[in-house]
Amino acid sequence: MAQSLAKEFTKGLWAEIPPFRLVLGLCPTLAVTKTVENGIGMGLATTFVLVFSNLLVSLLRNTIPPKVRIACYIVIIATFVTIVELVMQAFTYPLFLKLGIFIPLIVVNCIVLGRAEAFASKNTPVLSVADGLGIGIGFTLSLASLGAVRELIGSGTITIWGGNPVFAVGDWYQPFSFMVEAPGAFVALGLMLAGMNLIGKK
Amino acid sequence: MEFFELAIGSIFINNIILAQFLGICPFIGTSKKMETAVGMSMAVVFVMVMAGMITWSVDTFLLKALNVEYLRTLSFILVIASLVQFVEMFLKKSIPGLYAGLGIFLPLITTNCAVMGTCLLNIGNEYDFTKALVSAFSYALGFGLALILFAGVRERVNLGRVPKPLQDTSIGLVTAGIIALTFTSFRGMV
Repeated sequence: MAQSLAKEFTKGLWAEIPPFRLVLGLCPTLAVTKTVENGIGMGLATTFVLVFSNLLVSLLRNTIPPKVRIACYIVIIATFVTIVELVMQAFTYPLFLKLGIFIPLIVVNCIVLGRAEAFASKNTPVLSVADGLGIGIGFTLSLASLGAVRELIGSGTITIWGGNPVFAVGDWYQPFSFMVEAPGAFVALGLMLAGMNLIGKK
Repeated sequence: MEFFELAIGSIFINNIILAQFLGICPFIGTSKKMETAVGMSMAVVFVMVMAGMITWSVDTFLLKALNVEYLRTLSFILVIASLVQFVEMFLKKSIPGLYAGLGIFLPLITTNCAVMGTCLLNIGNEYDFTKALVSAFSYALGFGLALILFAGVRERVNLGRVPKPLQDTSIGLVTAGIIALTFTSFRGMV
């Protein structure tokens, strides 16, 4: 039991890490990774929704009729997204403003629905929570690393939390602002994906 | 003139895929062949305009009137999901020709964040009904334009000899980045 629990948790961190191995949820990945801070915030919000929707879907997996299961999953996910939205509005308002419509859009994030359908609807609640937590933390790490690459090259700083940079390259560096704009997001993610493929291939 | 500016702005400058990052999954997923790209674009135009009108009405006459705006996310996704289901059934029964063309793309649209994103942007910008309609239609056109352009380029790229780690999605994203770069030159047009 403990072994399979650890397996379900760690697969989200490397073997099936979204969005590199599991190419889903690209919209928030590209849109919010201008800074590390935004990436971490988005990742944590998604993790919360993933863990609780996995838990609830798994608990109700024998009750939900198969024909209307997708609609039921969407209602469950939307409920937790609304909770995250209200909590972030109350406690981390500046971050909530920066992430904008991408917080309500967690509802249509394919990762969340994908895990509910592919994993939580077939497994026990404990395993489903481990799966949600693993995938969620993997997603947060991916967003943070993509954010680090883009922020470091694009603005020459690293911002972890609270809006103040914890690291700055210095005045000699001419920021390459292409990286923090829309085209740079596509190119940076494409090249990082290629890098992951290179490491992953035997 | 105001509507014209809004339309040009939504199609080119704030292109829903290349500048706002909405609907990337279908953008990458259905762009391997020109045929599927055209089918997806048509389905999106159809659903996005209808969803734009219905969600605007729901928000104005139901949520704002009853003071329950916090239910927006939940009600919008339900409206879009049931709309897609309804459109699918209607087309299957009444216009089988169109259904055969759009059929397989319709269910995918429920989780297309471009549709939901457009509805939320309309509400966020406090557009009136006509403006919301124009913006939904032009965002959908922008989606189709970007998707069809990208599919054309991608068909060519896949014929070339791409290094193994870069194949498929990876080179696709880099290509999309270059197309996005050309779209940034539309800034300042309006």
